[in-house]
Amino acid sequence: MQRAERLKSVASSNALELSGVSRVFGALVAVDNVTFSVTAGERRAILGSNGAGKTTLFNTITGDFPPSNGRIRFFGEDITELPPYERIRRGLRRTYQNSQLFRGLPVLDNLYLAVRGVGRRRMSLLRPGEDHPARIAARQLAHAIHLEEVADRPVSELSHGQQRQLEIGMALAGAPRFILFDEPAAGLSPAERRELVDILKALPSHIGFIIIEHDLAVALQVAETVTVMHQGRVFKHGLPADIETDPEVQKIYLGGRHG
Amino acid sequence: MTIAIQDTTVRSPTNLALHGRIAKYGLLGLALLAYPLMASDFWIVQIGAQTLFMGTIALSLMWLGGYGGMVSLAQLTFAGVAAYMVAVFGVSNRPDISLGWEWWAAIPVALLIATAFATITGMLAARTEGIYTIMITLAIAVAFSLFCRQNYAIFNGFAGFAGLKPPSLFGLNLRAPLPFYYLSLAFAAAAYAGVVYVTRSTFGLALQAVRDNPRRMRAIGFNVYAHRVAAYAMSGLLAAVGGLLLAWFNGRISPGSIAAGPCINVLVMAVLGGMVHPVGPYVGALVFILLQNFAIDLIDPERFNLVIGVAFLIIVLASPDGLVGLWQRMTRRRSEGPSSQR
Repeated sequence: MQRAERLKSVASSNALELSGVSRVFGALVAVDNVTFSVTAGERRAILGSNGAGKTTLFNTITGDFPPSNGRIRFFGEDITELPPYERIRRGLRRTYQNSQLFRGLPVLDNLYLAVRGVGRRRMSLLRPGEDHPARIAARQLAHAIHLEEVADRPVSELSHGQQRQLEIGMALAGAPRFILFDEPAAGLSPAERRELVDILKALPSHIGFIIIEHDLAVALQVAETVTVMHQGRVFKHGLPADIETDPEVQKIYLGGRHG
Repeated sequence: MTIAIQDTTVRSPTNLALHGRIAKYGLLGLALLAYPLMASDFWIVQIGAQTLFMGTIALSLMWLGGYGGMVSLAQLTFAGVAAYMVAVFGVSNRPDISLGWEWWAAIPVALLIATAFATITGMLAARTEGIYTIMITLAIAVAFSLFCRQNYAIFNGFAGFAGLKPPSLFGLNLRAPLPFYYLSLAFAAAAYAGVVYVTRSTFGLALQAVRDNPRRMRAIGFNVYAHRVAAYAMSGLLAAVGGLLLAWFNGRISPGSIAAGPCINVLVMAVLGGMVHPVGPYVGALVFILLQNFAIDLIDPERFNLVIGVAFLIIVLASPDGLVGLWQRMTRRRSEGPSSQR
């Protein structure tokens, strides 16, 4: 009994635990026997060249594609078999490599729906007043992602950088505990990248995340630990400083740019 | 400080827009109320009332297509179900079939059955996308029309039902031109207001989000399928309201009035007016009904559909989002004109 409780508390200090996770598409092994864990509140970067299996790994964690093998635990609970919306209700969030937004709706309505999605009465026929808690939460989110000034504009009128910020805002809605960021800096200007780093650094410390990022400067500024993937496998794991100077990592990932 | 500044910059334009909208709706409302006072019976009923209830049926399609991204050809079928049910449960020329219920019982039951019919259609159609949705709803529309033609026990076959009339309230004959016009106007106003309200509700916003990106909607915890089916249910209720007026206007309902041709006319109205704003279907219905009534004067009666077809092609080619889309682009250009010159 005591042992079971102790095990439980050990398990729940990990936000995410993957054990032996694989995902096979036909003959292609996109994710190959990946095992790692991320503690609650930890910020992890996943590096790797195109086709290393990073996004597929995200899809298995969120349930978009169930893993072919292996188990996934979220705050100690086995979520391997749960549908995506059940994982979201447990506090798991993600962003997409290509923005997946509601282009016909204003910024604020995008955020409002993301807040309502995890709550009750999602099919209400009533109009929410501006003092509705979810409406207030949406305004706070717009502030947190620096989009307050364009909150009432339709998404289709936003710049690419603003859409990427909104993509992050959608993932922050409704008490997230852990977020998967899929290349949030893709296509951003240097100024927009600095803004992105500010937003990520300002996240409450209890929210952990994994960030897939090609821009090493961004990844190493926000991450505490780094996992390098290569051909679907975990290739290396360590602190940002060690990974940056690791000759093997440079060879496969950086193409020898630094040496 | 910053909050105070934001308040003035954010609120004053919306207040202006709100006042502008109230003024616009007020003027439109007055014009619609005053219209019968300066028109002949033909213009009041044949053009006015018919535009209002056909526009409401087309609005049910605009709601589904414009906000839900689903194009259905079964909207007139939902209207037809309501028309048939009000004949079956209420009073008609076939007392052996009609149950003869009072209007206050027959009308809600008719609306309910039409809504249920639309919900079931939605459960089948919402599993499909694009062209397949159009095909499945067309199949349902044709099947229902053929079924009505062959079933004599409930639907009285080819002849359908005649002798349908609106209830008389407070001794008022609602079939007389003026009362029927105002009845149509009241129903249309209620349907229009309902759509405008629900569009900004949580359900309405979610439906538009399903239209824009169903994948993201699933990823933030919504049941996409349930929203689509519920949108069909609401469209069924809207169409059913129009269907009651259609039955009272013709005084009859028969398989011919809900055949494939008339079903497609509803789509023509919605597209003519534009699926970008709920006023579009009414504009489209007006243009369609004017063409239908006056094309005969331009060309021989056998070919009036040609005139409608050509007008449809011209409008759709010039403006894919219909007359309302054209209007929106013109007014936007005018309001943007001065600033771009500066």
